[in-house]
Order: sequence, then C-alpha cells, then structure tokens
Amino acid sequence: MTLKVLRAHVDAIVQQSRDEYPDEACGVILAPLAADQGQRLKLMVNAAHSPTFYEFDSKDLLALYREIDDNEEEIHVIYHSHTETEAYPSRTDISYASEPGAHYVLVSTREVIAPAIEFRSYRIVDGIVTEEPVEIL
Amino acid sequence: MTESSNPAIEVRVPTILRPYTKNEKVVTATGSTLAEVIASLDASYAGLGERLLEKGELRRFINIYINDEDVRFMGSLGATVKAGDSVTILPAVAGGRM
Repeated sequence: MTLKVLRAHVDAIVQQSRDEYPDEACGVILAPLAADQGQRLKLMVNAAHSPTFYEFDSKDLLALYREIDDNEEEIHVIYHSHTETEAYPSRTDISYASEPGAHYVLVSTREVIAPAIEFRSYRIVDGIVTEEPVEIL
Repeated sequence: MTESSNPAIEVRVPTILRPYTKNEKVVTATGSTLAEVIASLDASYAGLGERLLEKGELRRFINIYINDEDVRFMGSLGATVKAGDSVTILPAVAGGRM
C-alpha cells in the first residue's frame, strides 16, 4: 500500500529532524478513522534525547491516545529520524513496532554526509518489514 | 454494602494485544494491586500476562497507567488499584539501534 503524505508534512518532518539533530526526532501523523490519508501532524518529544534511540514520553503517549480516541482519529504514520544510518528500520525499531495499522516512516539526516534526503515508509507487522511507495501530495 | 476485596477494574487494551481479548478494546479484571489485575487478565485471556511481564517484572517497553499515572511512579506491580479505577495498557512508541 502506498503512503500518501502531504508535502507540508514531509517538509516539517525533515525540518524537525534537522532541528533536533544529533538527537533522533519523532512524531505522528493522525488521520480520521478509516481515512487513507493523514491530516494532522503532531511532533513528539524524544524522551530519550539520544542520537541512537527514540521513545515517546510516557505521559505524552497516554495524552496522545486519549486525544485520538476523543477525536475519532487513528495513528496513520509513526515517524522518526536516523541520524547517521539509512532510513531503514533497525532491529530494535522492528521489535518495538506495535501499531500494525500504521505506516512507519524513517527519515535519515545523514545528508550531512550524503546530500539526498531519505524519506521512506514501511509496514511492520509481526516482525516483518515491507517497504511501500511514498506519494507526496 | 461492604467494599469488595476484588473490585472490578476496567482495562483498556491496545490494538496489538486485542487478539488475546477477542478484539475487545475494554475488558474487566479484578484485583487490588496491579500484579493481581494482571494475574486476573491472564486467567481470562491466556497469554496476555506474558506480553506484559518478563521475569516477574513489567516489560520495559510496555507502559501501564492507573487512571492518569504511569505505574512506574506508583510502585509498578505493587501499585494499588481500587474499584472504579481505569487501567490503560500502551506499548511504548520507541526504537533505535542498540
């Protein structure tokens, strides 16, 4: 399945990834239930403040799930940046991936070494990673 | 009416664990501590306990809340639960290279 994502969201995610470099940046794109396109970008704090790890703050996580329940939304995209490696899920990313319905987006900020920005999307279900095309609207 | 020693506790189950609860999002458990609530969940929904615990401790990347509070700040498995409390289970959103 193709990930359809707004140009404004891609730009904001790339900007956030640069701003938070050398730490990993993270966040979500929310969509109305059963919609096939994300609507609302929500930058999250990386509570790990680490160049090699990201984790949503536990209180923010609860607030996020309450918010989407109240708004009848779902998590359409979960994204995070890799600071020096390619935009491909790490072993740890795969083992902690627990939203089988979400698109997992990886952005690599290693463009400081190589010039192209990588913005790639995956499904991660039962430990199986499937890359999918990204269509920027 | 006397207070029951086994109050009914509402537990919200995340998508990833709903295969254990026949896709129910909200289930009921009993217990007066989080450990008892988890034991009660596992008795009703076999295998669920193992997804929450590892070597008798809460799994690192499972967050459990009693009402609005992360149980890690309330004594983890020893946290007190009372009738009317709501327990929410949420897997951490996390990753990295380790």
